[in-house]
Amino acid sequence: MARAELMDFDEALELFEPVLGFEVHVELNTKTKMFCGCANEFGSGANTNTCPTCLGLPGGLPQVNKKAIESSIRLGLALGCEIAEHSRFARKNYFYPDTAKNFQTSQYDDPICHDGSITIELESGRLVTVEIERAHMEDDAGKLTHMGGATGRIQGADYSLVDYNRGGVPLVEIVTQMIEGAEHDAPEIGKTYVAAIREIAKALGVSNARMEEGNVRCDANVSLRVRGSNVLGTRTETKNVNSLRSVERAVRYEIQRQAAVLHAGGTITQETRHWHEDTGMTSAGRPKSDADDYRYFPEPDLLPMAPSREWVDELRLTLPEAPAARRKRLQAVWGFVNLEFQDVVNSDLLDAVEATVAAGASAQAARKWWTGEIARLANAAGVVADSLVTPVQLAALIELVEAGTLTDRLARQVLEGVIAGEGTPAEVVDSRGLAVVSDDGALIAAIDAALLGQPDVLAKIRDGKVQAAGAVIGAVMKAMRGQADAARVRELVLERAATIE
Amino acid sequence: MTYLTKLSAAALSELLVAKEVSAVEATRAHLDHITAVDTDLHAFLHVAGDAALQAAARIDARRAAGETLNPLAGVPIAIKDVLATHDMPTTAGSKILEGWVPPYDATVVARLRSAGLVPLGKTNMDEFAMGSSTEHSAYGVTRNPWDRGRIPGGSGGGAAAAVASFQAPLALGSDTGGSIRQPAAVTGSVGVKPTYGGVSRYGAIALASSLDQVGPVSRTVYDAALLHDVIGGHDPLDSTSLTDSWPSMAAAAQAGLTDGALKGVRVGVIKELSGDGFQAGVTQRFTETLALLVAAGAEITEVSAPNFEYAVAAYYLILPAEASSNLARFDSVRFGIRVNPESGSLTSEHVMSATREAGFGAEVKRRIILGTYALSAGYYDAYYGSAQKVRTLIQRDFATAFSQVDVLVSPSAPTTAFKFGEKLADPMAMYINDVTTIPANLAGVPGMSIPIGLAPEDGLPVGLQIMAPAKADARLYTVGAAIEQLLEARWGHTMLSQAPALTPTEMFASEEGAV
Repeated sequence: MARAELMDFDEALELFEPVLGFEVHVELNTKTKMFCGCANEFGSGANTNTCPTCLGLPGGLPQVNKKAIESSIRLGLALGCEIAEHSRFARKNYFYPDTAKNFQTSQYDDPICHDGSITIELESGRLVTVEIERAHMEDDAGKLTHMGGATGRIQGADYSLVDYNRGGVPLVEIVTQMIEGAEHDAPEIGKTYVAAIREIAKALGVSNARMEEGNVRCDANVSLRVRGSNVLGTRTETKNVNSLRSVERAVRYEIQRQAAVLHAGGTITQETRHWHEDTGMTSAGRPKSDADDYRYFPEPDLLPMAPSREWVDELRLTLPEAPAARRKRLQAVWGFVNLEFQDVVNSDLLDAVEATVAAGASAQAARKWWTGEIARLANAAGVVADSLVTPVQLAALIELVEAGTLTDRLARQVLEGVIAGEGTPAEVVDSRGLAVVSDDGALIAAIDAALLGQPDVLAKIRDGKVQAAGAVIGAVMKAMRGQADAARVRELVLERAATIE
Repeated sequence: MTYLTKLSAAALSELLVAKEVSAVEATRAHLDHITAVDTDLHAFLHVAGDAALQAAARIDARRAAGETLNPLAGVPIAIKDVLATHDMPTTAGSKILEGWVPPYDATVVARLRSAGLVPLGKTNMDEFAMGSSTEHSAYGVTRNPWDRGRIPGGSGGGAAAAVASFQAPLALGSDTGGSIRQPAAVTGSVGVKPTYGGVSRYGAIALASSLDQVGPVSRTVYDAALLHDVIGGHDPLDSTSLTDSWPSMAAAAQAGLTDGALKGVRVGVIKELSGDGFQAGVTQRFTETLALLVAAGAEITEVSAPNFEYAVAAYYLILPAEASSNLARFDSVRFGIRVNPESGSLTSEHVMSATREAGFGAEVKRRIILGTYALSAGYYDAYYGSAQKVRTLIQRDFATAFSQVDVLVSPSAPTTAFKFGEKLADPMAMYINDVTTIPANLAGVPGMSIPIGLAPEDGLPVGLQIMAPAKADARLYTVGAAIEQLLEARWGHTMLSQAPALTPTEMFASEEGAV
């Protein structure tokens, strides 16, 4: 793939004004698919979660999953949308082998949710309100795997395999209005907007919201308008940008690429583009014109929906606190500085810290453990941090540290025991015999022995060279096999040095 | 055992319940008759003899064990090939599905199996139910038992011919614009299109989803009612299936046999479904039947349905539009035949294209193109949108009519059975043949066709169509059974007993095979 000419980002922004738009697909985590009773599961054997309906067999008919409608409405409400009094499904007709029926059951004229907005906050503190045009329901396509080619892409493949397990999984497609005035923040707006959608979906519990598993997928529309002009530029739609960082990079890339093309007198083709994570580039997909004709018509196999106002109001009451508001509140309550708080948020540990605090731990200790030792162990094991220990276990561990029963070092060993399934922190302390030696008698004996064994050190301490105590402390800790509180040892060393004969 | 095939399903059921006849005997009698006459008639695309005998034997065993069974248990039935059957090929009369055995049963098929009916096989039809003559089947025509040079109607010509020729006492059909009622009319049998949503469509290969409805085909109104009771009622797998509880259609048919059943019944004659374009003998039998109704105490009124005039035009936009989308799934990827292009690369697009080119017949292609065009951007409002408005107007015409009368009547079809090839070259002539039956599908109301005599000029069956308001299917059975009883009393026999005897054909033209 030839590397496209790119214009320097700042230079591009001087000449052009970026206009953005996002289509974010959120895969719902319902037990069953959108229109049939098959399991909505990631990772099952190919084509095992299928039936006549989601395989598009002759005679198959759709049945609407009520839970999916409920989740869609809740998502719409959380995005500040109106919930339509009358909504219906429509067929979007196009031929592609991953689409079993060769039409997608989607929504056209009458989406379930419309006219919402969310306000996102950029790192600079700038607030940007993104208007939501609509959020509609549709079913997902199956998954194609292209075999035999060098690239894994369809070009050059010998044949393709299709797995319909994902076919018919419920999606909500959230479509923004045009976002103008993004300026230099355009890439960050993309990333922050998608992060916000992901966070809302997760907080609602309507989606697993894991971008790496494709639960949240973003199509980014970018066009450039010549400064001073009121004519919109031609847009490209970069499909399936599947990480927050990629959204940021793809938007930036398209701005730079389009600017270079336009500045050189070229024209932008209205097309879909593919994002390549490895090279950080986009490449041309298929031409996409506004005249693309999907021959939409109302789905005759499904009845129109009329969600009652009472139901919508009931669902409104189930909405959790908005994630942005919750973050503000928790940061204030916990007293974290921005960096500390971002660390928690970026590690996806807000829930874990909150639950640990609720279980009695201090916020700082909870943060330190989750983003420190536990995150390190999780990273090494290739799992998510909150799968290793429960907040209650961690709170108990922190309590033991704060009570002086464990040193940090001992506590790390206890944590390993807890992760290994040896029981609660208290049980691990008992079974492994890890409690701090707090009997001063034993410590004093060890300290006296150490001091007398190193008279030169003792002399230095007595001369006021307090840092010399380190050697004694090390010897004592070694003698106690680490099971002593270093701070207490230090205190006692200084005390004994003054009095020992 | 030939006599067993002459019995109505109800009469056969009595013998089965009384254990005077076994289900195996009844099934074998029908299979023998199929062997004797169907080589010539070609009502069946597939006969499942062994499976039928095994199913019958299971029913006999259960009955012998003293189980209480559905009255129709052990009664053989033919199934239109549009319905998915897990143990028999299901082709919808199309080459593209040649040999395809679905992994599941349509809900109606599952219901009739659990009621103990014995599926004999699958019946011929116009490809994907597109046609009024069964000439559009990819597997050859079905002949009308009354005149083997004529069509048995369509699209369910196979089901109607099977029942009319005593190869099965019952059949399941599907009706999108008359595919049950018109074949019933031209073969002298009884056919019912239930209220839209009254019978599950799950497993019925879709032609036009908003119009399709599965229904019974039989030789008597009461038999149709018994079958309707087996297949009807809510099915959670069909979202358009009504959740209403339904009265017994069999009881409704019985009520029609009581004295004075027609007294005071208000019968509306639709002005727009008569006159020009209706064969003289059809009009004559229709008028005589009205006189019979008056004599029985019914009140006849003429009602106008001014928008019926647009029904055929609207239908031929809505149907192809929905069909073009419903038939998109026939792409060679998951089921059915696969044809590789003669030249060019084997991309999925090329293979799909070659498969659809080879697998679909001309009428199917015609309608896919019509429907694709009607749904296209810029044409949607003018075509599909306008057609839906006409549909609303037709529903209003029905509402107005049913505010004045209890049932509406018309001839079931403008003509008796036409000759093979007569309308094949002129699609419009074929389409117009459904002018009488299409309005009921557009409005979702139930309709029934019963035989009312032979047209004097050609000696071929004429049908009466009875229509009732949505969900008032029971009314059809009451009125239908009453009229059937009056006519048979007047004739002194059933109409199908007058059908020409079918001579068994030789299996082979010569020892060497066909020449």
